[in-house]
Amino acid sequence: MSLTKRDWQSITLSAVLLAVAACLPLTGDAYMLSIGITIAMYAVLATSWALFSGPTHYISLATAAFFGLGTYTTAIGIENGLNYWVTLPIAAILGAVLAALVGLATLRLSGVYFVIFTLGLAELVRQVVTWGQNVSGQKGLYVLTDITEVHIYWQLLVLAGIVYLTGWAIGRSRLGFALRIIGDDEEVARHSGINTSRAKILLFMVSGATAAVVGSMLAPRYIYIEPALAFTPMLSFLVVIMALLGGTGRLWGPLVGVIPFTLLWEAISASFPNQTTLLLGLSFLVIVYLLPRGFVGLIESSKRKLREREAFA
Amino acid sequence: MKRRDLFGLAAALTVTTSLAGPLAAQDALKIGAVGPKTGPLAGGAAVTFWPNVQLWAHDVNEAGGIDVGGTKRMVEIIEYDDQTNPGETIKAVQRLATQDEADFILAPYGTGLNIASAPIFERYGYPMVTHTAISDQIEDLSGKFPNMYFLLGGATGLAGGVVDVLSQMREAGEIGSNVAMVNVADAFGIELAEAARPQFEEAGFEIIYDSSYPLGTQDLSPVINGAKDANPDAFVAWSYPPDTFGLTEQAQIAGLAPKAFYTAVATAFPAYAGRFGAAAEGVLGAGGVFADGDAFKDYAARHEAVTGAKPDFWASAPAYASFQILQQAIEGAGTTDKAAVAEYIANNDFDTIIGPITWDDNNANAEYWTVGQWQGGVFKGVASTGREGAVPAQPKTGWE
Repeated sequence: MSLTKRDWQSITLSAVLLAVAACLPLTGDAYMLSIGITIAMYAVLATSWALFSGPTHYISLATAAFFGLGTYTTAIGIENGLNYWVTLPIAAILGAVLAALVGLATLRLSGVYFVIFTLGLAELVRQVVTWGQNVSGQKGLYVLTDITEVHIYWQLLVLAGIVYLTGWAIGRSRLGFALRIIGDDEEVARHSGINTSRAKILLFMVSGATAAVVGSMLAPRYIYIEPALAFTPMLSFLVVIMALLGGTGRLWGPLVGVIPFTLLWEAISASFPNQTTLLLGLSFLVIVYLLPRGFVGLIESSKRKLREREAFA
Repeated sequence: MKRRDLFGLAAALTVTTSLAGPLAAQDALKIGAVGPKTGPLAGGAAVTFWPNVQLWAHDVNEAGGIDVGGTKRMVEIIEYDDQTNPGETIKAVQRLATQDEADFILAPYGTGLNIASAPIFERYGYPMVTHTAISDQIEDLSGKFPNMYFLLGGATGLAGGVVDVLSQMREAGEIGSNVAMVNVADAFGIELAEAARPQFEEAGFEIIYDSSYPLGTQDLSPVINGAKDANPDAFVAWSYPPDTFGLTEQAQIAGLAPKAFYTAVATAFPAYAGRFGAAAEGVLGAGGVFADGDAFKDYAARHEAVTGAKPDFWASAPAYASFQILQQAIEGAGTTDKAAVAEYIANNDFDTIIGPITWDDNNANAEYWTVGQWQGGVFKGVASTGREGAVPAQPKTGWE
């Protein structure tokens, strides 16, 4: 596949933006950095979520399962003397394997069955981990490393770069084309000779592996790992909401949801510490009623309006 | 920022005993408080953490403030909800340190949240006197975070306390050697069961029933029925708040009434006696205080008067004591310089409502309460690792 001038433009632009983002720690503002980590973490999670759920319209609530799996992989790995960097690819492989297993079992189903199963998956993995701890008599794990927040931030940015490249490559490939057809009409896709389950499982594996690596990278930040903290269902919901706020139709869509949402959430937490959940619920309602297609939809419809106005002028 | 300006204004205008106190905000010491107001740990924090933050600020401001090198300074509390999420705890502590420029920050609530935020406390040099962190890795943690202190004790001590109490009851001829032990299959329950097994064995007890149940189990009747079938002399449950209540209730229904009945976390909550009334009499539980001591009685009365709720009989008083240590260290150092205050904490002993506090080599308080028992409507300490005021444990006489 050959790259057009426009492709080169967008690649250059993305690289420049990532490089600018990588300079954040140089400001020396640790508070900005901790918000930056949150944004980078959710940007990677929401984008990789949208890679799968955007074209296929399968809503996955399993992010926490993969995230927790990655967290535990790093924690157990480090406790057994593995190098931190070795645990990242292991987490990716385990995440992909788990996604493949789940995919094989459930992606033949569609709609609400899939949503419910993925929601249960995080709980299932958490219970398995807890059971394992109970049998082995081991409790919370400690990840004591020399990795600082700056390192975690840069790692997340690199991962974000990889996810964008992957998403871009998939979008241009036969796989991406197949997924768009599946999203439009799965029956048609099957009749056109597309192996729909294979396509869905492959994408789900990419998404699962990414979330697992994010979990791995965050483990040194949490230091103390226990099931309730690693497998929190809130994470799955936040990822879905942020991705939908941005819009899943474009690769950069989730990002434009993650940044304002994280800042809004930060403002709510800082100014109304006693009403966070209430205000979170209100913002959800606003998003759903006023921005049903996310920011991407808003931007594109205003672009269209602008074009129409120009045409009439 | 705006919110706090308004708060300061309101406080200046109205003569109240609110948290900010009647003093203009710019003179006040800014004290950060981060803890769960939502999420799984919110219930425990609402009993143990937040009321003590309120009470301590009230006590300090009522006395005219903290004496910093001759100037009395009121305290202003800046509260944040961490939603029981370590990422949020980290962000909130970071925000307190850099945006609010808090003079000091109180240790968060719960083991995981304390440990997650320890690097941030360390980076900004805030002393961190934890009141609700229980860990078996205190040595590693205090090595890595030299400003981190531990007040509440450890799992080995808590389990050992139970073994000691049962041994004494056996020596007194009140119970035999058969123990039924169950645990909630979650961090704390697993750790305690693991610590208790060898200690029971060493003390010559036989664990005739050993079982666990998942966190959040609603129907605990199989657990209790299994224990009852084993006909134990003592029942020990390493339980969490919801199942502490569930197990007690189920034991009443099934008629499991050994002479020693122990449930762990939340047995020391006033709500436990509130729920079970006279039936709670004689139940053993984790924690305990010198309930007959004047220091605790006085504290409990103030706690109820100021916050409208009773303190629990375990971590409440240590939580308040950890704030007292911070206060005494600021006054002792005579400055709000964090390094000087941290150094003062490291090199001094403290006199608190739970008695004198001395740090061991790992920055931990080695003398803490391990077991308490409901006696006459009060949860009295019956075993500790060196605290004074323990009363003898009494055999439980049924559920009537």
